[in-house]
Amino acid sequence: MNTRLKGLVFAGMMSSAALFTSTASAVEIEYWQYFFDARVDAMETLITNFEAANPDITVTMNHFPYDSYRTKVAAAIPAGEGPDVVQLFYGWLNDYVEAELIQPLPADVFPADKIDAEFFPMVQAMKDGDQYWALPTAVRSLALFYNKRLFEEAGIEGPPATLDELLETANALTKRDGAGNLTTVGITAGMTAQDHHWWREGLVRQYGGEPYLDDYKTVNYNTDAGVAALDYYTNLFMNESPVTSIGFMDEPQAAFKAGRAGMHIDGSFRIGSLADQRGLEWGVAELPSGLDGAQSNYSSYWVNAITSKAEGEKYDAAVKFMEYLTSDEAMQIWLDVVGELPAKPSVGMTEANANDPVFGPFIRGLEYAHTTKFVNESSQRQLLVEMVERIQLEGMEPAESLAIAAEAEQVMLDEYYAK
Amino acid sequence: MYRNLTIRQKQIVWAWAFLAIPVLFYSIIRFYPTGNAILISFQNWNLLGSRTWAGLDNYEKLWNDAVFWKVFQNTFLYLLLGTPISLVLSFIIAYHLDKLRFMHGFLRMLYFLPFMTSAVAMAWVWRWFYQDVPIGLFNNILAGFGIPQISFLNSTTNALPAVLAPAVWAGLGFQVIIFMAGIRSIPTSYYEAAKIDGVGWFTVLTQITLPLLRPTIVFIVVFSSIGFLRIFDHVFNMTTNNPGGPLNATKPLVLMIYDTAFNGFDMGYAAAQTVVLFTILLIVSLIQLRLLRST
Repeated sequence: MNTRLKGLVFAGMMSSAALFTSTASAVEIEYWQYFFDARVDAMETLITNFEAANPDITVTMNHFPYDSYRTKVAAAIPAGEGPDVVQLFYGWLNDYVEAELIQPLPADVFPADKIDAEFFPMVQAMKDGDQYWALPTAVRSLALFYNKRLFEEAGIEGPPATLDELLETANALTKRDGAGNLTTVGITAGMTAQDHHWWREGLVRQYGGEPYLDDYKTVNYNTDAGVAALDYYTNLFMNESPVTSIGFMDEPQAAFKAGRAGMHIDGSFRIGSLADQRGLEWGVAELPSGLDGAQSNYSSYWVNAITSKAEGEKYDAAVKFMEYLTSDEAMQIWLDVVGELPAKPSVGMTEANANDPVFGPFIRGLEYAHTTKFVNESSQRQLLVEMVERIQLEGMEPAESLAIAAEAEQVMLDEYYAK
Repeated sequence: MYRNLTIRQKQIVWAWAFLAIPVLFYSIIRFYPTGNAILISFQNWNLLGSRTWAGLDNYEKLWNDAVFWKVFQNTFLYLLLGTPISLVLSFIIAYHLDKLRFMHGFLRMLYFLPFMTSAVAMAWVWRWFYQDVPIGLFNNILAGFGIPQISFLNSTTNALPAVLAPAVWAGLGFQVIIFMAGIRSIPTSYYEAAKIDGVGWFTVLTQITLPLLRPTIVFIVVFSSIGFLRIFDHVFNMTTNNPGGPLNATKPLVLMIYDTAFNGFDMGYAAAQTVVLFTILLIVSLIQLRLLRST
């Protein structure tokens, strides 16, 4: 009896010891992102693959609606409740670094020169000296969507290659009713959608300007190039026979989706929602080039970073997870599931991806894309929205309105960088 | 010790014992956040880092902010247009609806329906009504008669009334019900006396109905003023592409606070705006309550 009891106690001790050792060796880390169906699906696949390769690490994913995302992250990390690896919009990085919510990536695993060489150049916005703070899995760029049916109806062969052709093509596609009201626009317009990026990093540069100087700390579009770019843009909806109208059918993407717009400039993230649209035949082309063939595009991205909460073995696991998130395999999965573009040329510029009829134009655009370093994207966009409104609704001269916008944006930048 | 108290003192002790729970609850959920908001208005905070003292910087910035004064003006425009229009409309409807016997309940329901509907859904439907030709209801009708279309939302002059209209329409049902209750509560003997004296309808309206409706009117004025001073959901949903636009023509104070806090992440500045809004609401309510007391 006594020996049996001893044996039982011994067995119990052994099994509980085994239980403790097994929980001690399995590290659990938490990953946070904002909620978007395709992104969550893609991340689930990535986590499954990562856990299969690293059986001692478990990754749990948490996602929140976009609106409350930043607030939740800000409240959770200092309380020690937040993620170990977090997804952030690239424009928020400075704030997170300043608030010490994230830590730099270890230089031995992510050497800066290797990343400089392997990734598309715009990720260098995440670099501080010789270390990177964060890295994207995927990036986004702009391209020209066009409605194949409307092109056929108007007898136009293919998408326009230059800005002049863009105007001509848009003119041929525009339809009006008896009273002269637009019923189909040649191209959509609206600074509230993606046009502010197209104007800033596309048109201004194509007219020979440089929108910002001094690492995006000095506004530089209040120049002849800026005025020329603004003239080109406002001409789309303001001359005698405009080819578009701001707010046509409420939102540019809605007009294109409804087949009421011949062309539409938008980001790669739009592919998913257009793919399911029945009865809409669309194609994608690179953004039209400027007068002397100058090409320019805008790119933005969400990055992954390790938070300051991750320490010890959680930190090691987080580094491993980051390594996987920035691997070629992860990028291809992200492209296939979400439709966002790989952040490395080695994946993006493969024969199959770069020549893909849908992804190709976006990926090729990455080679000449610029990433605006925003201090507050929506407020900076708002300044351009109002710049156009002053011209359109109050009849102000474009050059004057441009100067007001440039001055206001400089105040915003100075205020931010002075902190 | 409790034993030595007088009955009156015992009553007070018990009263406070029962009151303690609601007082505590109210302090925590109501006064603590209010106090905190006032505190943040003297600080700089972007939600992420630590709070730093800013003194009166946020208020100074507010004073010198052209957008704030535009928004201030808009907020009072909503109040000064919205309150009298909805008051007069709801009284006219209630006055006539009260006299109507045929399908009375059904009509009353029709007027009340918009009040129960979600403001977000309504704002979006009205937003589509206001669009340009291929999809906009109003402009399609105009185009059908060959009349040039009107820019409703994309205009610095038309946008504010265009946004206000559905807000007035939505609140009407509630005010009609309150007015009808007020009208019904006036003793019929007054009207009978007037009838015997052979007084005209206008005299009845101005000498009997309106004076006796005074408490109802004051209630509706206070209630709807606060509503229009805090207008947000209609404006935000009808102008989501360009919140409060064009050129801040429709932006009310609450939308500016929201924008500063959750797009600009400038919590200190947003809190300063909140304190200003709180002060305005307090003053407007106190004035109106004083008017109520004099009856």
